[in-house]
Amino acid sequence: MLNPNLKLNEKLFDQDVVVQPTRAGFGSGLLELGEKNPNVVALAADLTESTQAQKFAEKFPERFFQTGIAEQNMAAIAAGLAVSGKIAYISSYATFSPGKNWETLRTTAVYNQANVKIAGHHSGVMTGPDGATHQATEDIAITRCWPGIEIYVPCDAIEAEKATIASANTKLPVYLRYSRDKTPVITTDATPFKPGKMQTYWVTENPKVTIFAMGYMLYYALLAAKELEEEKLPVLVVNASTVKPLDEEGILEATRHSQAVVTVEDHQVMGGMGSAIAELLAKTTPLPIEFIGLQNTFAESGTPKELLAKYKMDAPAIKEAVKRVIRRKI
Amino acid sequence: MSQELTQEQVQDLEKKAEKARELLISTLLQAGSGHSAGPLGMADIFTAFYFHILNHDPKNPDWEDRDRLILSNGHICPIRYVSMAQAGYFPIEELKTLRKINSRLQGHPHRTALPGLETTSGPLGEGISQAIGIALAAIIDKKKYYTYVITGDGELDEGNIWEALMFAGKNKMHNLIMVIDRNNIQIDGFTEDVMPLEPLRDKLEAFNWHVMETDAHNIKQFVDRIQEAHAIYEKPIAIIAHSIPGYGVEFMEKDFHWHGKPPNSDEAKLALKELRTLQGKIVSEHE
Repeated sequence: MLNPNLKLNEKLFDQDVVVQPTRAGFGSGLLELGEKNPNVVALAADLTESTQAQKFAEKFPERFFQTGIAEQNMAAIAAGLAVSGKIAYISSYATFSPGKNWETLRTTAVYNQANVKIAGHHSGVMTGPDGATHQATEDIAITRCWPGIEIYVPCDAIEAEKATIASANTKLPVYLRYSRDKTPVITTDATPFKPGKMQTYWVTENPKVTIFAMGYMLYYALLAAKELEEEKLPVLVVNASTVKPLDEEGILEATRHSQAVVTVEDHQVMGGMGSAIAELLAKTTPLPIEFIGLQNTFAESGTPKELLAKYKMDAPAIKEAVKRVIRRKI
Repeated sequence: MSQELTQEQVQDLEKKAEKARELLISTLLQAGSGHSAGPLGMADIFTAFYFHILNHDPKNPDWEDRDRLILSNGHICPIRYVSMAQAGYFPIEELKTLRKINSRLQGHPHRTALPGLETTSGPLGEGISQAIGIALAAIIDKKKYYTYVITGDGELDEGNIWEALMFAGKNKMHNLIMVIDRNNIQIDGFTEDVMPLEPLRDKLEAFNWHVMETDAHNIKQFVDRIQEAHAIYEKPIAIIAHSIPGYGVEFMEKDFHWHGKPPNSDEAKLALKELRTLQGKIVSEHE
């Protein structure tokens, strides 16, 4: 069942569940940060409206900078602002930032320990009809390998707002990952969110498998868990909303009883959240793991639903992975 | 804030620049690898910055009202380290640690390693953008400091440079002054052979910058240009500083090729190779 302690959306499994894009949480969170803290500045590279930085830009024009279609320039200007005492949010599609401007960010923001927050939008196959050019599916891999960065991937619009606001609390660079399409609202205003803490959203007694799900994919993991429970296959579902720093204690605790893992992410299975968990378990308590995500392939144009089905990332695919991993248990 | 130089001040700065070259050569020999030509060519300009132009306090490198000097072409950092040591940011003795393990003097400058560095640089093309960010912060915070950025000329091949030039031009960033080390060489040869930059002045003006030129080895002229730059309020300022790579080193000085004209491609390659290695005494990092 949904963890009663976390005050999650009770109507999550209803047909008419409220849906919102996580990028909306970025927009409202950034606006709130702007109101609270005069040192917060924002930059966009010709995607102000789409990445929801528009409200901030309208309210604080003296703290908003339009760079045109120039993601490297945006990154390094942000680094300059950050070393001068600002908290600089840069907002673009993730394939361009941190994709196209990767080395610029590495040198000027991350190695330089500048207080730059990278808002990467249109992540995953959820970007849909735009096709693989615009579906960021390697962004976690290319940021997770950076020392001294934190990575938050909110599961819904409400958590996205909380994660955006929380990102200002650390002086470290943070990568924030958002998605384009409307997805079910899983949490409520009362649901706790703390960077670096993974919380178990679906609880059960005697779990057979622990599912770690990242971003909006948490919804499909919860759907799978609900159906598996009806099939007498109890699982835990953990919201892997912080990929870095990895909640090592939380992961070990969540897998202690199940002794098998499925990871679920809208990202390449190479180098993503699942890899991070596999790295940890390999050096602590090796367990069988199945990885849901893009399997060493680019996706294509289509609706998010069609893409998740074709690339075996939807609830039925998650259920299959759970059954596969159980067969591999020692 | 800089003022017009007296003859006595000019002589004093020239002596300091000469000392900087000596320190630079001994530092590079000690390090055993790195770049030589670029740092030698910019010794006069760094001396002018650290001993006359910059409003700074070596004992309080984080002073919030200090002028900012950003080095975009980070590979010429040995001359910056030398000038900083001369100015009192750290002991001259520490120059011996350049490029060595556990040193604050990284092969390419790293902001958090050494107080007084404003940015981390080395990968080319990123300095003007960072300088823009620092200059924007001055505008937001109503600070009067100037942001100076030194770039190489070869580095102007980078697309990021032109993104930054467009931004600064659009936003009329008069508190931003760029100094281009126009020494005509880059790793693969003469800049005009590798990827022509000329007409550089016209290009910069087309991007809405106010452009000036100077002899990079005439300290008085350079300081005058900076004075003039401070009086310009409508545009960001670019100073094209014509420099001789390796300036001040005997074997270069005696080579006529380097006096009256820029080198041709083959000469540049040969001379650069000699210079990079200080005639075989150190290892070039690109070999």
